[in-house]
Amino acid sequence: MKTNDIILQTVAKVASLVIILFSIYIFFGGHYSPGGGFVGGLLASGAIVLLLLAYDLKTVANMLPVDYKLVVAAGLLISSATVSGALFFDAPLMTHAYQYFELPLLGHTSLHTAVLFDLGVYLVVIGITMTIIQTIGESE
Amino acid sequence: MAEIFKFIAGCLILIGAFLSLVSAFGIIRLPDVYTRNHAASKSSTLGIMSILIGTFIYFFLEHGHFNSRILLGVVFIFITAPVAGHIISRAAYNTGVKLWDKSVLDDLKQAHDRIPSEQKDQ
Repeated sequence: MKTNDIILQTVAKVASLVIILFSIYIFFGGHYSPGGGFVGGLLASGAIVLLLLAYDLKTVANMLPVDYKLVVAAGLLISSATVSGALFFDAPLMTHAYQYFELPLLGHTSLHTAVLFDLGVYLVVIGITMTIIQTIGESE
Repeated sequence: MAEIFKFIAGCLILIGAFLSLVSAFGIIRLPDVYTRNHAASKSSTLGIMSILIGTFIYFFLEHGHFNSRILLGVVFIFITAPVAGHIISRAAYNTGVKLWDKSVLDDLKQAHDRIPSEQKDQ
């Protein structure tokens, strides 16, 4: 019998948007509250997996035309660049810096280079999870 | 004022716990997959939602902490839990799980029987 998945697909569209927003929230709140790059990355890849469950592999690849191996590489590059950037300022490896800035819309904000390191972790976690799931899903 | 809201929050949490208990009894006592799924998805959804709303009211009025994650959780559970129930029930029906002996109405069976024959005619 031919079934349709319209309820699952409609809810997956709404829910994956909410999950991705929550993952971004957890990513940026990681410094002051529980969360961070790892959990945020897992949540974002969970949203993509939800889309994979509701649609098929090809449709999701058309929605998000991303090569996840390149995402892993970009994440590692960002993290290692943040870590080794301290060497240029005559400081030991993995020294992080922060400063308070007056941003036009956000006001008095502290910007920290640890966020860039966390962004690398976020991208690596998304890339690795999606690579694992896609390779398992594609193999017949 | 704060005491009244604390009382309301406590009542909501107790109602939620009671509804979850009712849902657990329903899963144990009801005869087949579909009625059990009906108990599990409806009653525990409302139970968890009222527990979360009670927690939200408590933290908002006792500590002045507006926790928007709890409200997001309420909305998210309200959207997703019935869909999970629907998917589980449909998977059970499509894999041929039998209905309860005393059930009298099976509208979906007609649709199941009709659709393949129409496809054959085309």
